[in-house]
Amino acid sequence: MKLNGAQILVNCLQNEGVEHIFGYPGGAVLHIYDALDACDNIAHILVRHEQGAVHGADGYARVSGKCGVALVTSGPGLTNAVTGIATAHMDSIPMVVISGQVSSAVIGNDAFQEVDAVGITRSCVKHNFLVKDINDLANVVKKAFHIATTGRPGPVLIDITKDTTIAEIEFDGYPKSINMRSYQPEIKVDAGQIDKAVALIMQAKKPIVYSGGGSVIGNASEVLRSFTRNTNFPITQTLMGLGAYPATDAQSLGMLGMHGTYEANMAMHDSDCVIAVGARFDDRITGNLDKFCPYAKIIHIDIDPSSVGKTVAIDVAIIGQVNDALNALIQALKDKKLANIDAWWKQIEEWRSVDSMAYQTKSGVIKPQSVIEALYEVTQGEAIVTSDVGQHQMWAAQYYPFDKPRRWINSGGLGTMGFGLPAAMGAKLADPKADVACVTGEGSIQMMLQELSTMLQYNTPVKIINLNNGYLGMVRQWQEFFYEKRYAMSYMDALPDFVKLAESYGHIGIKVEKEQDLKPALIEAFKQKDRTVFVDILTDPSENVFPMIPSGAGHHEMLLAGRDEMASTNDEGLHLV
Amino acid sequence: MRHIISLQLENESGALSRVAGLFSARGFNIESLTVAPTNDETLSRMTIVSIGDDNIIEQIVKQLDKLIDVVTVTNLTATEHIERELVLVKIDVDPSSQAEIDKHIDEYGGKIVDVSEDTYTVEVAGKSQRVNDFLEAIDALKILEVSRTGVTGVCQKREY
Repeated sequence: MKLNGAQILVNCLQNEGVEHIFGYPGGAVLHIYDALDACDNIAHILVRHEQGAVHGADGYARVSGKCGVALVTSGPGLTNAVTGIATAHMDSIPMVVISGQVSSAVIGNDAFQEVDAVGITRSCVKHNFLVKDINDLANVVKKAFHIATTGRPGPVLIDITKDTTIAEIEFDGYPKSINMRSYQPEIKVDAGQIDKAVALIMQAKKPIVYSGGGSVIGNASEVLRSFTRNTNFPITQTLMGLGAYPATDAQSLGMLGMHGTYEANMAMHDSDCVIAVGARFDDRITGNLDKFCPYAKIIHIDIDPSSVGKTVAIDVAIIGQVNDALNALIQALKDKKLANIDAWWKQIEEWRSVDSMAYQTKSGVIKPQSVIEALYEVTQGEAIVTSDVGQHQMWAAQYYPFDKPRRWINSGGLGTMGFGLPAAMGAKLADPKADVACVTGEGSIQMMLQELSTMLQYNTPVKIINLNNGYLGMVRQWQEFFYEKRYAMSYMDALPDFVKLAESYGHIGIKVEKEQDLKPALIEAFKQKDRTVFVDILTDPSENVFPMIPSGAGHHEMLLAGRDEMASTNDEGLHLV
Repeated sequence: MRHIISLQLENESGALSRVAGLFSARGFNIESLTVAPTNDETLSRMTIVSIGDDNIIEQIVKQLDKLIDVVTVTNLTATEHIERELVLVKIDVDPSSQAEIDKHIDEYGGKIVDVSEDTYTVEVAGKSQRVNDFLEAIDALKILEVSRTGVTGVCQKREY
């Protein structure tokens, strides 16, 4: 059958089981859009900005576990997509982004809407391809999906010249398999490393499991649970890992790191055996590396060998899928007797009794933490929560205990403001029955507001929970703590009337100014199953995120609300972001 | 410490920039980098000399291995290996200095590959240190131009 490149591409996407594409048309992709229009089993979501397309595909991928797909045109279409691609890359999200490119005859001539897409995205993709020959197209698409979804997942860009989409060849079908000598992502867990890990685990008197995003991506919830049940070890999770292990479980110590719980961070500091599971020891987790886990032997399970030993020296590395590694450990520990850790648990309970998440209420002011608690109550902990980036993100992570994976969707690595709303749209498309809440702030939401229009067009009802404190709150908090309260550019004058704004986009807007109105407003919002509701909540402008490890400090140097109202840092800390 | 890292990578456009980009993006140091096709036309051989402590070199090797286009990565310094580098040096020659320059060329097994009225172009090959030594032996004021290839190398074992 003779097909043009655009038709071959669409055929390939159908063969990959793609059901949703987030995109925006333009000159270089017109043939692709023409072919897509003739295809009735792929739904195309026309976003209002290409960054929204990639975040939408990203949210879709995080919730469904499938590969997200975005389609953008050349030049500005691609450059607008870059923030979304980098966001997905930092959080290891499987995604294929297809971009149009000018015709191969004019590449390099500074043609209209030409950019070096492969060059621009090289450092923020898992891999990228430029297709200039229609005969390569199907193989490249097969490779792209293979690379994006296997090993440590990540975004793959396919840049396709316009002449490739126009040319015609006899198409003999989508390749069934692909073999790449330079890419062998399936790594078998090494039995010798398991033995070494078992030896450490058996001696451990103060063990802790530190689980990250890899446990979500690797669908390791069940095995993680078996492992902690069998060992009775405590577990703490990173911002990216929340939900892989139930937060309400007694063995869960909550989140660790900069805004983690006191018990989690103190346990990390005092531990003699840290078992890192699909986590990468990033700076928000470790704090000051010189003070990180000073007494612990560290076992690190990860699919990506380059994650091991990157920032922290590791005692035993287990390379492979989280599930395989944990299963091997469970098997190997079966008849072994572990050290008694009653004293360790007693110590942990003492730390827990500090109640580091307690916060002061003030009459007449809505505390942001209480908004998240009310959200949890109203949704009975069952919602998918996306977030933007800033204080509201931390409060959502701290006060909405996630018991299931793929329900907490946030830009943890890149910290991309504007992520939350389009990600919520993608989440709703991936799981139409779920309640989806986008926890945001008046700063972040204005970075991707235009997607409200897309959400009306494609009927993706989500609830926008806007913690409106009039400040770029996290910036203000750092200025208060580390810049002697010089609030440079962290205050936004002239905010829009979000209620009218939502209404003008065809949605419902609710403004909440009083504490007693909060819960009724949320109940009302979630009652509107088929409508997007923008709940604009005026919250305490002076509230800070606690507890906190200031930059440059160690896990045991946490600042607690009520006890330490002001953080300070040293010169070294000021150099950190 | 100085390490020689040898890569085989897919002979595809962009493969070189992926490697070079990795070094700049992650702040790794490159002393020299050479790349050329091999007897297998689908593969290129790249030889990189980098300086760093063991942790950094380990990261470099792992990050290179992670690149999709990279087929094999070998740290030659960790094994028995042969390294060679070639330099072309243009030297100002006059009757008063010619004898001494000839002596150095001879000593380092160099070859005069081009002669003009008042210059020699000399080729010297060997370990980088040998090339360094040769260049130091020649009076700096007499050196008009230096072009080094960077290091290439192979492992001595039949297979690795």
